[in-house]
Amino acid sequence: MTTRRLPRILKAVRRTALQAVPTVIGILILNFFLLRLTPGDAADALAGEAGAATVETLAALKSKFGLDLPVLEQLGGYLSNLAHFSLGVSPRYNQPVAELIAARLPNTLSLMGLALVFALLIGITLGALMASFAGRPTDRVLSVVALLFYSIPSFWIGLMLIVLFSVKLGWLPTGGAETIGANLTGWDAVLDRARYQILPALSLALFYVAIYARLTRDDMIEVRTQDHVRTARAKGLSPFAVTRDHVLRNALIPVTTMAGIHLAGLMGGAVVVETVFSWPGLGRLAYEAVMGRDFHVLLGILLLSSLLVVAVNAAIDILQAWLDPRIEVR
Amino acid sequence: MALPTTDTFPSLASRPRRAVLKGLLAVACVLGAAGGAPAWAADPQPASQPVRGGVLRFLVEHEPSTLVTIAHTAGPTQRVSPKVTEGLLTYDLDFNPKPALATEWSVSPDGLTYTFKLREGVKWHDGRDFTADDVAYSIQLLKEGHPRGRATFASVTAVETPDPHTAIIRLSKPAPYLLTALDANESPIVAKHIYAGTDPLTNKNGAAPVGTGPFIFKEWVRGSHIILERNPDYWDKGKPYLDRIVVRFIADQSARSAAFEAGELDLAGGPPVPYADLARVSALPGIGAETRGYEYAGRMTQLYFNFERPILQDKRVRLAIAHAIDQQKLLDVVYYGYGAVAPSVISPKLKAFYDPALEPYGFDLKAANRLLDEAGYPRKADGTRFALKLYANPFNTQAAGDFVKQALAKVGIAVDFQFFDFSTYIQKTYTGRDFDLTLESLQNLFDPTLGVQRTLWSKNFRVGLPFSNASHYANPEVDRLLEAAAIEPDPAKRRQLWLDFQKVVYADVAALGLIATDGVTIFNKKVKNHTIGVTGVDASFADVWIEK
Repeated sequence: MTTRRLPRILKAVRRTALQAVPTVIGILILNFFLLRLTPGDAADALAGEAGAATVETLAALKSKFGLDLPVLEQLGGYLSNLAHFSLGVSPRYNQPVAELIAARLPNTLSLMGLALVFALLIGITLGALMASFAGRPTDRVLSVVALLFYSIPSFWIGLMLIVLFSVKLGWLPTGGAETIGANLTGWDAVLDRARYQILPALSLALFYVAIYARLTRDDMIEVRTQDHVRTARAKGLSPFAVTRDHVLRNALIPVTTMAGIHLAGLMGGAVVVETVFSWPGLGRLAYEAVMGRDFHVLLGILLLSSLLVVAVNAAIDILQAWLDPRIEVR
Repeated sequence: MALPTTDTFPSLASRPRRAVLKGLLAVACVLGAAGGAPAWAADPQPASQPVRGGVLRFLVEHEPSTLVTIAHTAGPTQRVSPKVTEGLLTYDLDFNPKPALATEWSVSPDGLTYTFKLREGVKWHDGRDFTADDVAYSIQLLKEGHPRGRATFASVTAVETPDPHTAIIRLSKPAPYLLTALDANESPIVAKHIYAGTDPLTNKNGAAPVGTGPFIFKEWVRGSHIILERNPDYWDKGKPYLDRIVVRFIADQSARSAAFEAGELDLAGGPPVPYADLARVSALPGIGAETRGYEYAGRMTQLYFNFERPILQDKRVRLAIAHAIDQQKLLDVVYYGYGAVAPSVISPKLKAFYDPALEPYGFDLKAANRLLDEAGYPRKADGTRFALKLYANPFNTQAAGDFVKQALAKVGIAVDFQFFDFSTYIQKTYTGRDFDLTLESLQNLFDPTLGVQRTLWSKNFRVGLPFSNASHYANPEVDRLLEAAAIEPDPAKRRQLWLDFQKVVYADVAALGLIATDGVTIFNKKVKNHTIGVTGVDASFADVWIEK
């Protein structure tokens, strides 16, 4: 990043932040009212799970969680909590929402991060291969593979990966985030966690592998016909250098745009994958919050994801400016 | 289970306490086995000598929201709580009470005074002494804040503690179910010094319990696992045998099967995998299945009618619906044969109260069609007679609802089956009440006064209250029998009241019992002693050991 570009980027960050605040508050209020449309509340869910209750316990639960207040008052209370940097308390877990989210966030971020890395690495490699062998058998076979990845739901891929790598081969664990009770430290702990992360990250990634492979392939084929590539080739650069520096670099721009958009999707996909792999992440927390009508937790997660999407979009803008100096940072 | 009968045990009150205890046990045995041979704990694995050591990898399907059942009784909590927090008694596979924190107990002939001798030398995991004060305080908490405890202990007027090892419960009217309600998972005894002055619902003990049990709570990583460690100072010397229990939560059913197949789990109740997968999973090498140990919960699948609908107020219509459902087929197709056909609303497994003389209404389409014709609902041009809206508790699976829908279609009843997630179901059924039929999954529990009365007692019609009388069924005779059975201290007379109740309900087609579903425990065959009582894997696990 040159010094000339830096102030521009800071300006862009400030503008993004200014736009983000009203957007996020809007999302929050919309979410709040959407969630009210679901039948039942946390007290109903708790009482239902308990297998029995009395009118008194139910009323006590409702008043305790403030569920007997008018909706607008509940919203006011929630917003006032937020203004004090508190996400509220989960009736279900009897814990501050911020703590619950903080415990799960690193797990989900690392899963999403690894999935994105897998998706980009495998996708771009496959795409580059397909473009290099366009129209030939390699291209055809890989196209079919990509189509399969695209169309098979991630939970099924996850289960099949478990059946193959955990049940049949016994190489990797079926679920969880680490060896429970092993108390590993340092490098051993990293390796241990990696073993647990490979399969869920892979099943989360495969859908995107397909997209990036197709995208890279088509872009590369298009870029290859452009003048600057012909010039590079005419200068006598090796085909590999041409592909890497002149074709792939330009073809990556749409891929990064898509990757930014996909981040929100990854988070949604994480719900399913985290369930299949018993991964202690935000996705499962969100799912359980829905099932238990634990709306404070859900609102907290939704708030966080909207912030995340805004931040990632800003980051992608900056990344693209680096990939192609002609692109202005907004 | 209750006591003393003037006929059978004339001089019960005057006998020494031990004798009283034996008498009580004998009553319980007879009740438990319904006249069959009384038996002490039938150990399923008499095999070899227990060995110490090992880690039990125990699956609890869904993560509990708290680890103590003092104020909340969700299934996952019941699995974990008794390992750390004990009760006064526990029950063997025939419902005979066995000592836990109470070593001896007796009940006065009028059924109003329960005296418990408490175990001496028991310490809480934080080092303090366990005393009668803890018992008195816990029963007070249960009476005030436990979903079922409010009913169980409703008539408790006082808990006296004449000395640190005696607790006397005084009642205003008899509560014959009291002596079966004292298991750790139903009525846990918690430490007074931890709960005093706090709200039991939010007390931090729920997240990091301190108990007297065989295992000490070590850690709970939300979303991942719980670790429980051996209690080296446990009062039952030599126990527990296990070094540690690792409790894992796996929300996805297929992933649970895979974890068993990959050898990552040792024990799970439930069934943890879909009924359809049970045969395959339990046939894996080294894996076994066990259906005992769910009697305390008394699982049932019942069909309830909405009596606010004129069409269903006609007994002929209800009887026609009963005749249209092939219960045996429902059991075979939907539950893969895991369970028993239940002719009555009381589970056949609750032998002390179940009426074996009742037969299912019988699968008879001709009779069903005839009854519907007689009731004035002839088939219309499209072959249907009328439409009904059916809900189903998701614990019954969607297949159960589909089965009923198809069964009723055959006699011309068009069923609009709506299937929701659990919270929506509770809200739609008990608050919205916009249904004609609902397939419920209501547990009988260990006593019908607590498990069955709630659904058919007219005074328990409470809009908005989960698992109340959603049918809005009201029958003075049923009310009378229920209310009498709730306070009848004589076991024989009480049994008769329950038999009468079942006959009235059966004759009135007040509800259909359908199926007493089996719970199924899946276990690694190296794990021994996991099912030694009616609470199965909800027990303390002090006796569980792993073969080397």
